[in-house]
This record gives sequence, C-alpha cells and structure tokens, in this order.
Amino acid sequence: MELTLAIGIGVLTGSGVWLVLRPRSYQVIIGLSLAGYGVNLFIFSMGRLRVNAPPVLAAGGPIDPTLYTDPLPQALVLTAIVIGFATTALFLVVLLVSRGLTGSDHVDGREP
Amino acid sequence: MRNVVHPLLHGVVPPVQGSAFLVSLISLPFLAALASLCLPARSRNAEAWLVGVTMLILLVLVAFAYPGVAHGAALRRDIGWIPELSLSLVLRMDGFAWVFSVLITGIGLLVVLYTRYYMSPEDPVARFYAFFLAFAGSMLGVVTSGNIIQLVVFWEMTSVFSFLLIGYWYHNAPARDGARMALTVTGVGGLALLAGGLLIGHVVGSYDLDAVLASGDAIRASNLYLPILILVLLAAFTKSAQFPFQFWLPNAMAAPTPVSAYLHSATMVKAGVFLLARFWPVLAGTPEWFWLVGLAGLATLLLGAFFAIFEQDIKGLLAYSTISHLGLITLLLSLGSPLGLVAAIFHMMNHATFKASLFMAAGIIDHEVGTRDMRKLGGLFTFMPITATLAMVASAAMAGVPLLNGFLSKEMFFAETVETHTPSILDTVTPYVAVLAGTFAVTYSIRFIHSVFLGPIPADMPRTAHEPPFVMRLPVLLLVLICLIVGIAPGHTIGPFLHSAVLSVLGDETPYYSLSVWHGVNLPLLMSTIALVAGSLFYFTLKIYLATSEEGPPLIRRLRGERIFERVMVSVAWRWARLLEIRFGTRRLQPQLLLVISVAVAAALVVLLRGGLGLPSPWSRGVDLLFPVLWAIGIVCAIGAAYQAKYHRLVALVLMSGAGLVTCVTFVWLSAPDLALTQLLVEVVTTVLILLGLRWLPKRSEEVRQPSSIRATLRRYRDLGIAVVSGAGMTLVAYAVMTRQPPQTIADYFVERAYSEGGGRNVVNVILVDFRGFDTFGEIAVLGIVALTVFALLRRFRPAPDSVESPFQQQQQTGPEDEATSGGDGSIASDYLLVPSVTMRWLFPVIIMFAAYLFMRGHDLPGGGFAAGIAMAAAFILQYMASGVRVVEEQLRVLPVRWIGMGLLIAAATGMGSWVFGYPFLTSHARYVDLPVIGKIPAATALLFDLGVFSLVVGATVLMLIALAHQSIRRLRASGIPLSQNAEAP
Repeated sequence: MELTLAIGIGVLTGSGVWLVLRPRSYQVIIGLSLAGYGVNLFIFSMGRLRVNAPPVLAAGGPIDPTLYTDPLPQALVLTAIVIGFATTALFLVVLLVSRGLTGSDHVDGREP
Repeated sequence: MRNVVHPLLHGVVPPVQGSAFLVSLISLPFLAALASLCLPARSRNAEAWLVGVTMLILLVLVAFAYPGVAHGAALRRDIGWIPELSLSLVLRMDGFAWVFSVLITGIGLLVVLYTRYYMSPEDPVARFYAFFLAFAGSMLGVVTSGNIIQLVVFWEMTSVFSFLLIGYWYHNAPARDGARMALTVTGVGGLALLAGGLLIGHVVGSYDLDAVLASGDAIRASNLYLPILILVLLAAFTKSAQFPFQFWLPNAMAAPTPVSAYLHSATMVKAGVFLLARFWPVLAGTPEWFWLVGLAGLATLLLGAFFAIFEQDIKGLLAYSTISHLGLITLLLSLGSPLGLVAAIFHMMNHATFKASLFMAAGIIDHEVGTRDMRKLGGLFTFMPITATLAMVASAAMAGVPLLNGFLSKEMFFAETVETHTPSILDTVTPYVAVLAGTFAVTYSIRFIHSVFLGPIPADMPRTAHEPPFVMRLPVLLLVLICLIVGIAPGHTIGPFLHSAVLSVLGDETPYYSLSVWHGVNLPLLMSTIALVAGSLFYFTLKIYLATSEEGPPLIRRLRGERIFERVMVSVAWRWARLLEIRFGTRRLQPQLLLVISVAVAAALVVLLRGGLGLPSPWSRGVDLLFPVLWAIGIVCAIGAAYQAKYHRLVALVLMSGAGLVTCVTFVWLSAPDLALTQLLVEVVTTVLILLGLRWLPKRSEEVRQPSSIRATLRRYRDLGIAVVSGAGMTLVAYAVMTRQPPQTIADYFVERAYSEGGGRNVVNVILVDFRGFDTFGEIAVLGIVALTVFALLRRFRPAPDSVESPFQQQQQTGPEDEATSGGDGSIASDYLLVPSVTMRWLFPVIIMFAAYLFMRGHDLPGGGFAAGIAMAAAFILQYMASGVRVVEEQLRVLPVRWIGMGLLIAAATGMGSWVFGYPFLTSHARYVDLPVIGKIPAATALLFDLGVFSLVVGATVLMLIALAHQSIRRLRASGIPLSQNAEAP
C-alpha cells in the first residue's frame, strides 16, 4: 500500500513538473493541479497510512489516541486544498487576462 | 551671577516607576496626527487649532513633569512586550531628555503658529500637519526611549517623516530629490544604528538603556568596541549632517520653511548629537572616539562656516551655518571632558533657539519679497523694521556677540579648545581652527544682516515687502527674547535646567562650571574678540565679490557632496542592478521554474546521498490488490493529462479530474473523510471554473504541428528527465517516510483535547476552527483577497480578437431554422438537456439543505464550514448552468462580496468576542444546546467562527465563478448580438 501510494505521488508530481515546464499557460495550470494532488497526498502521508481509523472520536468513554490516525496533516491538507483552489482560480484568470492583453497563451505573453 | 550646584549634594535619584505622563506624551502626537488627517484637506484654521492645542498640551505636560526629572532623577515606564526576548517598551525621561522634549514641543508650538500664516490657502495642510505631528511624536520617542531597539525604531521614523515633510511639495523636483537624499543618507545611518544597537545588546546582555549606560567599562573593554563606535557614529553623523555626510542638509532646504525651522535647526539634526551625548558616558574617552569624532567635528565646523559665507540663498547660508554649529557640538563632545559635554548640551539648546528664529525670519522674507537670493535683496530694514531687528539680534546670537546666548556657549567652547585633553596634533590645532571658524561665523552673520536688511535696495527685487501679520512674527519674537534673556541672565533662567540635563548624563562626574556673562579678561574672551574683529574685516573685504558671485565657495564650487552621492546612487541602484539583472536575471518563466525545480531536486539529492534512506523491502508490507488497481487508473490519468494538455484541453481536464478522484478515494480509504469530502467538492468547482475559462483560449490543433527543431527536442528530453527525477525522488522520500515508525508528534495532544477542550468529536474540524483558528482566519482572508483580485482582474477583461466570435458550436445552434422558430442565438438547443436543467433547478433547495447539514455536523462528524461553503457555492453554480446568467440574476440576488465581508466580520467578531471575557483572541467556548424538534446540537463559539468560514467560502467561490461566467454576456453586449438564455449557460 505504501509503495503504491508512493509511486502514485511520484507520478503525479512528475507529470506536474513536466507540465509546469511547458510553454503554454493551460499546460501549467493542469500541471500545478496535478502537482498539487501529489504534494497534498505527500503531506497527508506524513501522518502514516491507517485504514479505518478516522480522527472522529467515538462518543463517551476515555479517548485512546492510538486508535485514531494523525489529524494534524489532515487539517493542513484541508486548508491546502482550499488554497490550491484559490490559486488555480487566480492563475486561470491571470492567464485569461494575459491572453486578452497579449493575444498569446505563452507563459511569457509572447511567442518565442 | 553664578549658578553653582555641587554634584555631591544631589545624588542620582532612582527612576520613578510608572508614569502615565510618558505614555500620553508619546501617543498624543500620533493620535492627533490621525485626527488631523480626518479634517478636510485645506481647512487651515481648524488644523492649526488642532495641532497648536496638541502641541500646547504636550508642552504643558512636559513642563509639569520637571520635578520628576530635576536633580538627576528620571521618570520611567516599562510596558511588557516580549519579555522572553527581553524586549519591552521602556519610556524614560531624565533631565537631558526633558530639555529636548521642551525644545521639540515648544519650538513645535511656535512653528505651528508660524505655519498657519506661511502656508498658502491652496496647500493641502492636513497632510502637512499630520506628518508634522507624527514627526514630533517620533522625535519625542527618540529622546524618551529607554530601550535601544525602540530608539532605533523611532529614529527611523524621524527619517521617514522628515522625508515626507521635505517632499511635501512633491510637484517640484528639488523637493523630491532633497527628500530622497535625506532619506537615503539618514536611513542608512539608522540601519547602522540598528547594527550598533544589536552589538551593544550583545556585549551588555540587555537592550535597556539604563543597563547599557551602566556598563560603559564593559563596552569600552570589549573587542567589539570599535565596530560599535563606528556604527553609532555613522548614525549620528548622518543625522546631524557631519562631514562627510553634510551634503543632504542644504538639499533638504527645498522643504517648506517651517520644516526647516523645526527639523533642520531644533530637532531632527539634533538627534545625532543627542545620540552622541546620550552614549557619551559609554563610548567617549578613548583615543578612537577622540580621533573619529574630533576630526569629523573639526572638519564640519570649519567647512560649514566657510561654505556658509558663499551661499546666495538665505536658507542655504543658514543650512551651512547649522552644519557648522553641529560640528562645534560634535567637536565639544569629542574632547571627552565633562566640561565639554556641558558646553555641548548648552550649545544644543542655544543653537535651537536662535537658528529656528532665523529660519522663520528667512521664511518671512521669502513670503513677503518672493525671493531668498541675497543678490536680489537689500535694504529691507526700511520696509520691515521689526522683523529686521529680530533677525539681526538672532544673527548676532549666531555670531556669538556678548549678551546673547550664543556668546555664552561659544565662550565655553573656546575655553574647552584651549585645554589640552589628549596630547596630539589634533588637540594643538583645535583652538586655532576654532577661532578661524568663529571668524567665518561672524562673517556670514554680518553678510546675512548686511545684504538682506541694509545697503541699497536692488532694482530687481520681486516685490515691495511689508511687515508680516503679527502672529507670524510672534514665534520669532519669543525665540529672540529667549536668546536675550538667556544671554543676559543665564544662571537664573537656563541654569537649573541645564544642570539637570548635565547631571542626568554625567551623574557623579558632573564638573564644576560657571554660567556667567563676565569671567574677566581671559583667553576665550580674547579669542571671541579676535573672531569678531577678523570676521567683520573679512566680510568687508569680500563684500564686492559676494554681491555678484555664483552660488558656492570659489575654486571648490565643483566639488559637491551631492554630486558624488548621485553618482554612487546611479551606480549602485541603476548600473550595478542592471548588470546583475542582465547577467543573472530573466523575465521568462520557464528558466525560472527550471531553476527552482532543479535547486529543489539537487537539495533533496544532497541530503539523500549524505544520509541514505535505508528502505525496507516492499514485499514485507501487506499487499492489497484493489489499491494498486485504483492507482493504476490514477497514474494513467495523470500521465494522460500531462500528454494531452497541449492539444486536447478538455481531455486533459477530464483526465486531471480523474486523477483528482483517485486522490479523493485514497483519502476515503486512508481514514480522511474530511479531506475526501472537501477534495470532491473542490474538484467540482475547479472543473466548472476551468471549463468556463476554456472558451477564451486559442484554438490549437495537432495537424499544424511543425517538425520540431533539435533544440526543442533536446529541451523536451531535458524537461522529461527533470520530471522523472523529481517524480522518482518524491516516490523514494514518500516511501521512506511512510515505512518508518512515526516519531512522537503533537497529534495525541489534539486527539485527547479535541472533545474535552474544543467540544467537538471531529478532530480535524476542531483543529481548524479552534486550536489553529488563527491560521484558518488568515487563510480565509487570503481566499477572500484572491476572489476580489479575480473579480477586479475580470472587470477590465478584454478577450483576444480571435476569441470574440461565438464558438463554433453556438454558431451551429443558430441554424436555418432560425427564422422559423423566431429564436435567437442557440435556438436549436433551447430545449437541450431540458430534463436535467429542470432537475438542477429543483436541486437548489436540496443542496442548500445538504450544505446546512454538512455545516451543522462539521464539529462532530466529517463536514464543516469549508465543505458546506463549497457545496453551497455549487448550488448557485448549478442554477447558473441550468437557467443562464440573466434568469438566475433576475430571480436571485446573489451578492458574493457581501458574503465575503460578512464571513470575515463574523470570524473576526467571534475571535474578538473572547476579549470581552478576558481571554486571548479566538478562545472558544463549547456546550450543547437542546433545541425543540431538532434535538441536541453542539453550540461552540467555534461554530460561529465556522459560520464565518462558510460564508466567506461561499462568497469567494461564487464571486470567482460568476465573474468568469459574466464575460460571455459582456462580450455579446459589446458586439450587439441579441442574448438568449443558453448563450450564457457555461
């Protein structure tokens, strides 16, 4: 399971990096999103992988932390997902405005 | 007339603790500055009253504080700030600071009176007075700081406000240049002071001024002494315009005259010598101090006086004279003798009074005649006898004529220069240089009097002058009276105050000194007489030359400090910067990203190679078949998206979402229901957003693909290589971490306390809205800012020419049946997806209910403000998709900006609510409330905070989506094409 997820993270990141280095702004957007998935999973996996142990406390009784997965990376990733959405939106709009102004969708605003 | 106080009679009284006076002294000017900004920009009377009364209150406050600082006592107020770093705000006033506070508030009050008549009704005085007050506050801060770091902060604030005041008339270029030069020079000095202060703190172990002043021996013995000295001197010399930094002061004369009268005579330029005197007990008395300070003082004294003679601008003359007098004070401080310090403090006070009055007189002349050029002035005594008399008395004080205050401190100065302090050549030449500079001072003072008020009236004088309004002359009158009174009866007037000031700096070392006009015939008197006679003679030799000469002294006219300064500025800030940019910079994104990624990969590789990973065998872990299948799909999606993103954008988007879904399922699988929920919802809105944007991108088809060059192919292989390496690296690192035992983390803390302290069972949500609520607050603020930025960017959006037309698909929908159905654009598709669109419309309340459900359960079960907000936003978007922009907005009032504002307000108000109960920001309180029908619901204050989060997320998401969706109608409206519902549907 760990190996599978690690490979998944690697592929997501690699695809993202490849796209981020491309010249067209749409490619960069897709790349950032893919890399974002990879990074979010990576941060999440820092809390180690647990199956069937969500950090939602059972009602009543004493609380045993070993029964639950680490909630902290989850909280971090949750905000990262939302902020990631915001950056994607901002980047998309900058892309559109830049294309409107320059007529080109190259990341530098002009064809090489 | 002798004022003798034996030092042993008054021991140093320990500082009095706690004084509200000091706090109001520092805060009042800044509060009044804010108030002054609130008045209409040109309300000169209201402004003058406000600022004048503020200054008066400050002056009265300072005056009443005198008993607390007399005889070496001090007032002190500590306000804890970061005690762990031994940083606290310490306000401290002793006799020396008191004298300065009187100068700042007293002369400030007079300058305010003067300004009322000086400024033209067109000048936006609100800004002027606000800067003026803020400057006065900063200056008071400098003199009453009891902590070195705090001193540096106020010090830099004086630089900033002086910049704003010098550049007040920003429409004229000399004002801007002068302001910039003053800021650069004094700002650099401030940075040096910060470095020096940090070093002092390092040596002493405390930044507290009292502690620092008590450890002079430790500092002088430290091997950091020389760096400390140089840094502190750099600060003092730049601020007080000491050679070689004197050039900024004459250029700062482009400021309005009240600014020159206040900043460049009485206050700001005195901050440098104030600093030297303040640290005198700690830093002075060493050969290094003697040589560095002495040489600078001597050079400044002589050069300033010499340059002043040859200035044609009255304010220029006064500026160089100020430089020279500051040099005199510096020279006195360099001697390292307590008597020198007494003379220095005395001269600081005297110079402030006569020079402020002279600047104001210069302003009156400029105001009444229209020029400050002495070649065009003359015989003004006939027109304005009172002003002329006052200015002549003040000039006499500047020249050091007996019975005026300037004479007294100059006598003390001469007496000190004659004494031998450190046997050396510098000590030997000092008296001669002093007499020479005294001579020059007499020359330029006579020059000022003679060429402005006496002599023939030049034919080209701009206009006939007359006396200014009484109130404009009043400040000059008062200051000149002070010069006279102090000059005639020093012991009874200034004596006790001077003594308190000296006592607070020197303590037990306070020497015996005598303040009196007549000491009998002695060497200093002889020196004064020589200076007076020689100076007069020198002026009458130069008179003819000066009447027509160019600005600046002969021969070295070309050698000007500001030219060198400009050269240096151009080299550093322009040429070198350009060179660096050309050599190392690029404006292209790809190389920058390449660099960032390569550095990241290289850094990770270095760590890897040095430490190693020690990976366990993958087969030793349990194998689950379904998970690899899931990720096989994810991997195909990711690679597919990467491959298709250039030519098949929609395919890439779908594949990307596929990878997103796999991520989402992974979160579910690995016990992160909250993440899965949020990811899924975000996925929906991201897809909609990108779909909306796709329409504005250029067409690009695979057929036109040209055979790529070798360079392009190589570049692709290089990028592929980097991508593979970074992907493989991430795999390795992730695997290595995941297969290791986790260290002891703070997770247990959150899990154990989530219910007992946060009142919620969903630990992730409790962390977000309670434990780390402040972070979330910052985060939603970011989200709001992004949404507003998107909105602002799109308001001015102009599509590229090739995207203006309707897309091919929409044109197809307006087919030949157009006339038959009498429909408009897209009429064929008017019934397209009718059933889904009806369903979507009816889903609106359902999704709202779902969002409410997600929100309410958030504290105990997966859900929460973020997820609920995005779900709510999705409800809105579905409406837009089903009915089109216009129909929705006719039926619904969607005001996303209000949602954003309300969200932030609710979150902030919840946070501040805990202040009411005396807890820190965002402390939460939790309990369960029993509601009829619904039953027990959690009602933590964190829930209110979450409501803010929810509202903001709804507002931000909807705002971004709507702003983008609106572009379609705007385009059609602009091109005059009639609208129909489906045209706007995304």
